[in-house]
Amino acid sequence: MHVNVTVDVVQIVVFLVILTLLAGPLGRYMARVYQGERTFLTPVIGAVERLFYRVCGIETEAEMDWKQYAASLLIFSAIGFAVTFLILMLQGYLPFNPGRFPGFSWALALNTAISFLTNTNWQAYSGESAASYFTQVFALMVHQFYSAAAGMSIAIALIRGIIRRKSGTIGNFWVDMTRGVLYILLPLSFLFALVLVSQGVIQNFSPYKQVRLLEPYSYENPKLDANGNQITGVQGKPAMETVTVTHQALPMGPVAAQEAIKELGTNGGGFFNANSAHPLENPTPLSNVLEILALLIISASLPITFGSMAGKKRQGWAIYAAMMAVFIIATGMMYWAEYTGNPLVQRLGVQGAYMEGKDVRFGLGGSVLFSVATTSTACGAVNNMHDSLTPLGGMVPLTLILLGEEVFGGVGSGLYTMLAFVIISVFISGLMIGRIPEYLGKKIEATEMWMSVIIVLTSGILVLIFTSIALITRAGVSAMGNPGPHGLTEVLYAFASTSNNNGSAFAGLNANTLFYNLTTSIAMIMGRFGPAIATLAMAGSLAKKKYVPPSPGTLPTDQLTFILWLVSVIIIVGALTFFPALSLGPIVEHMMMIGGR
Amino acid sequence: MIKKEIKTGIKVFIVMTILTGVIYPAVVTALAQFIFPKQASGSIIFKPDGTPAGSELIGQPFTGQGYFWSRPSPTPGFPYNPMASGGSNLGPTNQALLDRISIRVHTLIAAGITSPVPSDLVMGSGSGLDPDIGLQSALVQVMRIAQARHLPEAMVYGLVKKYTVGDSYIPLTVPRVNVLKLNLALDKLQ
Repeated sequence: MHVNVTVDVVQIVVFLVILTLLAGPLGRYMARVYQGERTFLTPVIGAVERLFYRVCGIETEAEMDWKQYAASLLIFSAIGFAVTFLILMLQGYLPFNPGRFPGFSWALALNTAISFLTNTNWQAYSGESAASYFTQVFALMVHQFYSAAAGMSIAIALIRGIIRRKSGTIGNFWVDMTRGVLYILLPLSFLFALVLVSQGVIQNFSPYKQVRLLEPYSYENPKLDANGNQITGVQGKPAMETVTVTHQALPMGPVAAQEAIKELGTNGGGFFNANSAHPLENPTPLSNVLEILALLIISASLPITFGSMAGKKRQGWAIYAAMMAVFIIATGMMYWAEYTGNPLVQRLGVQGAYMEGKDVRFGLGGSVLFSVATTSTACGAVNNMHDSLTPLGGMVPLTLILLGEEVFGGVGSGLYTMLAFVIISVFISGLMIGRIPEYLGKKIEATEMWMSVIIVLTSGILVLIFTSIALITRAGVSAMGNPGPHGLTEVLYAFASTSNNNGSAFAGLNANTLFYNLTTSIAMIMGRFGPAIATLAMAGSLAKKKYVPPSPGTLPTDQLTFILWLVSVIIIVGALTFFPALSLGPIVEHMMMIGGR
Repeated sequence: MIKKEIKTGIKVFIVMTILTGVIYPAVVTALAQFIFPKQASGSIIFKPDGTPAGSELIGQPFTGQGYFWSRPSPTPGFPYNPMASGGSNLGPTNQALLDRISIRVHTLIAAGITSPVPSDLVMGSGSGLDPDIGLQSALVQVMRIAQARHLPEAMVYGLVKKYTVGDSYIPLTVPRVNVLKLNLALDKLQ
């Protein structure tokens, strides 16, 4: 297929300008929401909000310290886990199951429940042939709202920690959750779901439709006897029979509603196995661009929310600029790698873009931009199969995940991980130039450093330990879908994706095994709650501190120098942790590919 | 304290599930079915006799000389099986992938397409259900179709041009053709 580089580049640049233009207003709107101020939606939603508090017995003025906030988060998560796990196990007995799908195995149910609870949406099942409409809505989609709202609440709590002075409290978890769902996630999802339907994303509760193929399809299949054994025919060869397929089953379901929150909440768990590559989830080039916008928009706006709440706009935009810088570098690298393509295939007499695993309607630009967006945020939806990317093209999404998901990152989690990197950068530069490290008038001391290091390094440690275990066990290695260094990349990607709560996969790996269901479950739960609780602890510690007015000795954190410094720290920490693993996987495979194997 | 929080948690969980799991999907479904009934139900297209011919968004396999061929599809069971969407997930240096592409290239050359062949016609999509092929991939098939159907080449070429989309509106993409719609139009000619 033909590639038009100019069109792709123009489209990507226009897209990034639109994203930047939208981040400001949405960021400021979210700041008003979380500070309980009046917004343009208050006349409509205010009454629902008050009713919500009354029914649930929430006292909006009751503030929590960081331990209470964390306890509420854990309690809410535990309830969600229990309900989802039960629904998945009992699926066969529950309503809205026109396909009559049975319950999940316990290991798969455990894995899936943890996956949706932690905003990961790692999927070791195939939606169209395993999950009923009841499961899709009540076990999975509702968690796409909850886990997103929880992530945002944690980030808001950290912002309060930074801006409050000598305070013991960081907000009320239930109020933050309620406002996040009512004022931000629900209205945006509602609007976006309808736009998606206009493009062709389905939204119904009908049973699957059988349609007759325009041309029946025939193929040869080994003949089986009554016991399912192959029959041997003449000359000792297996006897073959011709099978003719005359019909195709079109899957149905409430896809658009889930598609909207799947992207907006950086969840990524698709209704169908092919995720956003599926034409009923992502039917047109326009729906593709809108889905990319949706999965970036909240994470891209939260730095502005931060700047707005702190009363220091430039600080918010400085963080946005650092994120955008890494995003642009990654997009450029991946586009180059995929544009260059695969010489092994070109040699066979094939012309045009490297299309294995990519759909025609997205083109090369729409596929690359989606991959970068979904892995720089913790979304994990895919519109092309990452397993089939060129070695370096696949290394870019992998690296973005390994960097720790703070280049925009997950909703909320992206901002708090980035703020941990900011604190580490402030500390290191403080050491280098001999100044007392402080950020926005708060002294950076031992607690903040410990918590930042936990936030930044938890996922890296999990990735390396679990990948090592997988590589030395038969259960780990036998699930690989491709031979050689590519198999190693599949395993590394799986643990990178789960430890960082991304959820995308090099999907050739057979992940529905006891080994992978259990190991990725541990990776997801530790990768989510380790940093989340460390963030709340840091918020508590910062809130208690007094304000130190800036002096001539204060390092400005809203200048270009600091932005570049922050980007370097992110890349250096990532490179030091993962360069050896990346050399053994994608880099070796790239050498093999250009060397003709 | 903890007991009270658990109680609050359960209440919040129930009320939020009613909002996000009942009201939200119900309202979206009702509005979607009212405003966009065709799209919300799968964009089904019909033959002239009124029977459904499939979804314009879901590709179908074609092997006959008189039809435009779709991209190869790696879905289990049979190509373009919507019950098992997904790509091949074969890596770029995997011999299995190179073998598949090589066989497909030879099939196309045997069918009269000259080398080098367009990439989308020999490599499988991410969904396994890709309804489109690139314009170039349609054009290289025009001669074969014209011969098989005893039609003038210019007529088939004109039909391809008529069904080409994606070169005229934003967001810009590569020009592409919907294979099922194009083949339905071919059948309608005769």
